[in-house]
Amino acid sequence: MAYVHDEKLKKLEETAATIRSDTIESVIIAKSGHIAGPLDMADVFTAMYFHVLKHDPKNPLWEERDRLVLSNGHIVPVQYAALAHAGYFPVEELKTLRQFGTRLQGHPHRPTLPGLETTSGPLGSGLSQAVGMALGFKMDGKSNQVYCLMSDAEQETGNIWEAVMLAGKHKLDNLTGIIDRNNIQIDGMTEDIMPLEPLREKYEAFNWHVLDVDGHNIREIIEACEEARAIYEKPVLIIAHTIAGKGVDFMEFKYEWHSKPFTPEEAKEALHELRTLGGKIQSEHQ
Amino acid sequence: MLREEAQLVSKDVFSQDRSCAQLIALRDGFGKGVVRAGEKNPNVMVICADLSESTRSLWFKEKFPERFLQIGVAEQNMAAVASGLAAVGKIPFIASYAMFSPGRNWEQIRTTICYNNQNVKIAGAHAGISVGPDGATHQAIEDVAITRPIANMTVIIPADAIEAEKATFAAAQIDGPVYIRYAREKTPVITTERTPFEIGRAEVYYDGTDVALVASGPLVYEALRAAYILKEKGISARVINNHTVKPIDEKTIAQAAQECGAIVTAEEHQVQGGMGSAVAEIVVKTHAVPMEFVGVQNRFGESGPPDLLMDKFGLRDSNIVEAAQKAIKRKKRPA
Repeated sequence: MAYVHDEKLKKLEETAATIRSDTIESVIIAKSGHIAGPLDMADVFTAMYFHVLKHDPKNPLWEERDRLVLSNGHIVPVQYAALAHAGYFPVEELKTLRQFGTRLQGHPHRPTLPGLETTSGPLGSGLSQAVGMALGFKMDGKSNQVYCLMSDAEQETGNIWEAVMLAGKHKLDNLTGIIDRNNIQIDGMTEDIMPLEPLREKYEAFNWHVLDVDGHNIREIIEACEEARAIYEKPVLIIAHTIAGKGVDFMEFKYEWHSKPFTPEEAKEALHELRTLGGKIQSEHQ
Repeated sequence: MLREEAQLVSKDVFSQDRSCAQLIALRDGFGKGVVRAGEKNPNVMVICADLSESTRSLWFKEKFPERFLQIGVAEQNMAAVASGLAAVGKIPFIASYAMFSPGRNWEQIRTTICYNNQNVKIAGAHAGISVGPDGATHQAIEDVAITRPIANMTVIIPADAIEAEKATFAAAQIDGPVYIRYAREKTPVITTERTPFEIGRAEVYYDGTDVALVASGPLVYEALRAAYILKEKGISARVINNHTVKPIDEKTIAQAAQECGAIVTAEEHQVQGGMGSAVAEIVVKTHAVPMEFVGVQNRFGESGPPDLLMDKFGLRDSNIVEAAQKAIKRKKRPA
């Protein structure tokens, strides 16, 4: 990881815009799948696959690679788009999302698609798997980093806190968790369904180092990941504050869009907005 | 009669008084087997959820402290952490009571270990009602029913401590998820070091042609005793140790159905969804013959001395004899 120059940042923002619109397009073609989460995590995924992670799309099983574990598997459409644009498989294949015979299953299935590190869907067990990987690397004296992307609502599961406790016990400084703090879940707002706050203090109480970032500011995300690598003898949590449905005006902040499908008109409008966004980024940097 | 090539202990153990048998707990077989597996392969490790002494994981911990992970009372975490460790090349054995693993963490086992196809071995201790005084909460009698239907999973029920050691060692040599169940209480040793054991191959221990007694776990001993009792009554019983419930040995079972014409299964597990159900699936699609099922009959266990519980739940040689006679009676007479 190196400092992000303005030129690189502009490229990353453009990539994020492309990933956003490709994600939404694949969900529209599939006629099902979650939308809000994938849109709000597009910037984080871009930062990870196009700057932070040590990886090689031409050699997906490269031993030296960092590991990115997606715990909340339902937002996988954005990971698929990021993987495709990074070069793991043809971008064209994104159109097969959720279709019969596809490698792009509704929820990620590691054995069938290069680039995926785990299989997930049922919430709450991704962090455990990431902890297992981080422990394994420590046992072998290896320097691979492990990143675990989680949703905020899955912090309601007991399994997460079992993993949080274990990571604290073993001082896993090769582990970074990133929570998509978009405040929504299927049935409503997280703080109404099951209050998570004070989330930061909870992780700190389990001996984690916690950073808060604007989840749509790619420079901030990258700098937080860099800071995380410098933290010694503690796992790090990055709380990425995001806007659910980011990039599509009529979807932003609305929990109803967690997993609701588009009408054809809504689809058209969403795509139009996201494509215009790409243009906006270019002009802003000019 | 006893098959010579099975190389079992002396036939007196099955034909004479019960006191002839040497008693060792299956969990001791796990303890020894996993240490042997660890000696052979440096990637083998053990994860335990606060039950290291009673699961015998302690023996591994003493030998390989750097490869032992104490995870606390957190079985869901244990399964998913093991998946992550396997993803970076480790061969983790996760050890707890079968009631908690695969009981409490079934979904993590299904998604992160089996569907994800990671090389994790699940050691379920204290399986069956012979757990004794702890009572029904700690007596897993549904564990085979919940593990067998998961794709990619291998399921093994060793018959005694020696076979438990072999099964544990063998599980580390194959790639993929394996569930092995172990009993807590000391049970008769019936096999020897020379007895053949191969995952997926049922072993015929006693030759016979009137009825086949297909047993697993400590019930193999009871089935062998039943064969001697039946012999006195003029009935020739074949005894099969069906230790691998999945992948099941279709050939040996189909052959037993064809040649004996009646089958009795015997296991320390609910009859619904147990080893017997797996055998029935083979029997009905190859040679449909009358079957009887010895096992726990749709009820929970309870506290008590293991011996009395085995009597009360009908898991003895006499129960197998009775079931055999019933099955034989149901055979179709030639017209």
